[in-house]
Amino acid sequence: MEVNQHNEVSTHHDDHGHHGHDDHHEHEESNNFFAKYVFTTDHKMISKQFLITAIVMAFLAMAMSMIFRLQLAWPDVKFPFLEDVLGRWAKDGKLDPGFYLALVTLHGTIMVFFVLTGGLSGTFANLLIPLQVGARDMASGFLNALSFWFFFVSTLVMCSSLFIEAGPASAGWTIYPPLSALPQSIGGSGLGMTLWLISMALFIASSLLGGINYVTTVLNLRTKGMNMTKLPLTVWALFITAILGVLSFPVLLAAALLLIFDRSFGTSFFLSDIFIDGAPLDYAGGSPILFQHLFWFLGHPEVYIVLLPALGLASEVISVNSRKPIFGYKAMIGSMLVIAFLSFIVWGHHMFITGMNPFLGSVFVFTTLLVAIPSAVKVFNYLTTLWKGNIQFTPQMMFAMGLVSTFITGGLTGIILGDSTLDINVHDTYFVVAHFHIVMGSSAIFGMFAGVYHWFPRMYGRMMNRKLGYAHFWLTLLGVYGVFFPMHFLGLGGVPRRYYSNTGYEAFNAFVDINVIITIFAILAGFAQLIFAFNFFYSIYRGKKSVQNPWKANTLEWTAPVEHLHGNWPGELPTVHRWPYDYSKPGAPEDFIPQTVPYSETPESNTPDDHKH
Amino acid sequence: MNLLLTLAVVFGILVLVRIANVAQMAAELSGETDEEEEEKANKWNSLGFLLFMVIGLPLMVYCAIKWRPLMLPVSASEHGVGVDKLMDINWWVLIITFFITSILLFWFAYKYRYNKNRRSYYFHDNMKLEMIWTVVPTIVLSGLIVTGLIEWNNITDIAKTDQGMKVQIYAKQFDFTARYSGKDNKLGSSFFRNITDTNPLGVDSADTNAADDKFSSELVMPVGEEIELVINSRDVIHSVYLPHFRAQMNAVPGMTTRFHFKPTITTTKMKEITGNPKFEYIMLCNKICGVAHYNMKMPVRVLEKDEFTKWLREQKRVFTRESLNAAAAADSIKAVVDSTVVSAK
Repeated sequence: MEVNQHNEVSTHHDDHGHHGHDDHHEHEESNNFFAKYVFTTDHKMISKQFLITAIVMAFLAMAMSMIFRLQLAWPDVKFPFLEDVLGRWAKDGKLDPGFYLALVTLHGTIMVFFVLTGGLSGTFANLLIPLQVGARDMASGFLNALSFWFFFVSTLVMCSSLFIEAGPASAGWTIYPPLSALPQSIGGSGLGMTLWLISMALFIASSLLGGINYVTTVLNLRTKGMNMTKLPLTVWALFITAILGVLSFPVLLAAALLLIFDRSFGTSFFLSDIFIDGAPLDYAGGSPILFQHLFWFLGHPEVYIVLLPALGLASEVISVNSRKPIFGYKAMIGSMLVIAFLSFIVWGHHMFITGMNPFLGSVFVFTTLLVAIPSAVKVFNYLTTLWKGNIQFTPQMMFAMGLVSTFITGGLTGIILGDSTLDINVHDTYFVVAHFHIVMGSSAIFGMFAGVYHWFPRMYGRMMNRKLGYAHFWLTLLGVYGVFFPMHFLGLGGVPRRYYSNTGYEAFNAFVDINVIITIFAILAGFAQLIFAFNFFYSIYRGKKSVQNPWKANTLEWTAPVEHLHGNWPGELPTVHRWPYDYSKPGAPEDFIPQTVPYSETPESNTPDDHKH
Repeated sequence: MNLLLTLAVVFGILVLVRIANVAQMAAELSGETDEEEEEKANKWNSLGFLLFMVIGLPLMVYCAIKWRPLMLPVSASEHGVGVDKLMDINWWVLIITFFITSILLFWFAYKYRYNKNRRSYYFHDNMKLEMIWTVVPTIVLSGLIVTGLIEWNNITDIAKTDQGMKVQIYAKQFDFTARYSGKDNKLGSSFFRNITDTNPLGVDSADTNAADDKFSSELVMPVGEEIELVINSRDVIHSVYLPHFRAQMNAVPGMTTRFHFKPTITTTKMKEITGNPKFEYIMLCNKICGVAHYNMKMPVRVLEKDEFTKWLREQKRVFTRESLNAAAAADSIKAVVDSTVVSAK
């Protein structure tokens, strides 16, 4: 029955491809700017739209972090150029404390949602799901285009909040009420917060449209022979991520809606017993803790929505570049499924000291620390994949190695934060900042870079410059460790996060030097990203032309022609005969056997185990 | 000035593009094949990973040793000793795992770098290995979970929470106020609608438990005595963070949270231990609460019991006859004002 479905769908698409696309559509596309770049429903173009939007947003969020890093390293120094850029938010070159919080909030929001969720999943799910499962396009090209445009508008709304009188949202990216609900409590909770909530609602709509599409495509549009156990791990990761998003983002939308009600229509879902600005407010019976439960019910799966695609991309890159099958293919899928399941029942570890019942805390300690088991399995499987491999250090492989390193370093400190007893003293300190920036921020962005370098030829038909790629990698790796490793010590010394300055504390004077070191490394890492941006945009136009299969990889996307066409493959869709990881199979003449090669053509390398994959 | 800067940036980008073009042409002319270039890249980058490990790991150890004195001193509370011990156990487990996995990662990177005369080992499943690295972490984590939860239950034990000396910590933007429960060890009830200028905590003046309650703008505690912090906020969420006591609990408007602990080291003693004559305990706000969040704090002192009793005697009561009269007068004025406001509406 399943097979029938594939056939029907493929035939339908084939017909479509022959009559419509090959002649007219190509022609139309090349002549009409709007049809080609704006209202496109081609998944490859949509993926580029996501990627470039995400790159622009990432630079914006990074620039914000540079500004607050300057403030943290040299709290007493004035930077006149800041006034040129920020105007009244940095009078005389001195950053305004309220705007500092706005920068922190927007940096977090943009990085987590726009770069690492929209940018990462949006780019690679769009590019790779149809190409790697052997489909002409996404299940619904229209919903897919809509998904991008919701995303794009949501980024615009968020950026527009930078230009309003009272300033953008500044209650932290977790927007805990009452701070986010009451404009009296902080300037950013006025119009800025309204725009934040609108932007997030649009983003959630985008994410759901995308997610439903990704899930449907993986389940229904796989080409002939491509059963679930022949899918590359990238597709598995993106598939599981999409399911996580579809299940958890609506809960954030619920929280956001209730917050909108509290802010604008006088309800009391999250507010109670408040006296502010010299007057008691009429809210009664609400609970700020309820918001935290709702927020983190998305918030924790969100961590894996960010991380799993990166791990999936890295799995593929590591296997291809080690010229070796990924170790424990099924264990990798299993561990992703277990992580995804656990991610829904660990949210309380963000709330150990919020006044949540301590017994509930114990339950969350238990479930949280269990996450370490599938994570450990993944790390050991990566290590075993490298073991006795034949490793090509392409730029994407460098970033995949970087991902494994930061995943280890950052993941381990999670064991401390997941333990309620130890969390008491490091909660909301720089220890947390260090932990999640390494494990979630850096690992995910390393995975994203690995993906960009690896699939750039597939996206643009050209190669990125290798040497610039290496410079980018090494400076970024040094930057990441230089910035976030010392932060652990600040946290263990009791320095709270989201402080505009620590100069008011005798005990924290000793940390001034460390803050300077951190900022210097941050500037270094920022500089490295300029190398990337240059390499990326330069290579789009001037990069060396790519050959059909530049990395000698097995997966289906490399069987499609370099020149993009709507529908991906000119003739019939490819048929899949084997799993995607037949690298360096003994007996085979080459060190890779693409998925489209039937076993009947490779008698010299067939083994009795083959049917297991 | 800005125009100049923009021009400089644009010009800079153009120059870069030019340089890149030339470099690319030069590379093509030099006759270096892709294969040679890849071979060089593999050699240098694998060596890079090895160096990164050989220099990076000792550097991390060096940082840990060098910055050790900046970390928090010994715990000044009873439960904190257990917390620190647990932290040490966790650190050893983490450090060992970190070193093993990092060394393997970077060593493999160096050892198995590309060699065109070699082929990878086709090895993709091994039940025994996978069982090992599922079961071993499970056992280790079970240990950590159990030891952690024993400590947690100890700290949050409900049976204990009624024993200590009750001190209310009342948070608002951007300060804390402490209220001592006095001889009866009962805090008079408080309600946000009672808040006035003279009664900033909104304590109920009709509640007899409030009669001996006292205010303080610093948190002073007797050494060796159980303390129960009763935590409230009147506007947004704050967090009562006492890093030296390994204590933290959020202050949430609309509900009461508690934290129970026993200070064990006086401020004077801690000055000796740290060798820092200027040492002071501190309480910080550790939940983003507004523009001056970074300045929201409260001095903390731990005194000998007799010193503490003396100190407490000197503190101001929440209600004195004068303040009650003033409050009553204010209330009647307020009532008049309110009624005019209502009628105006």
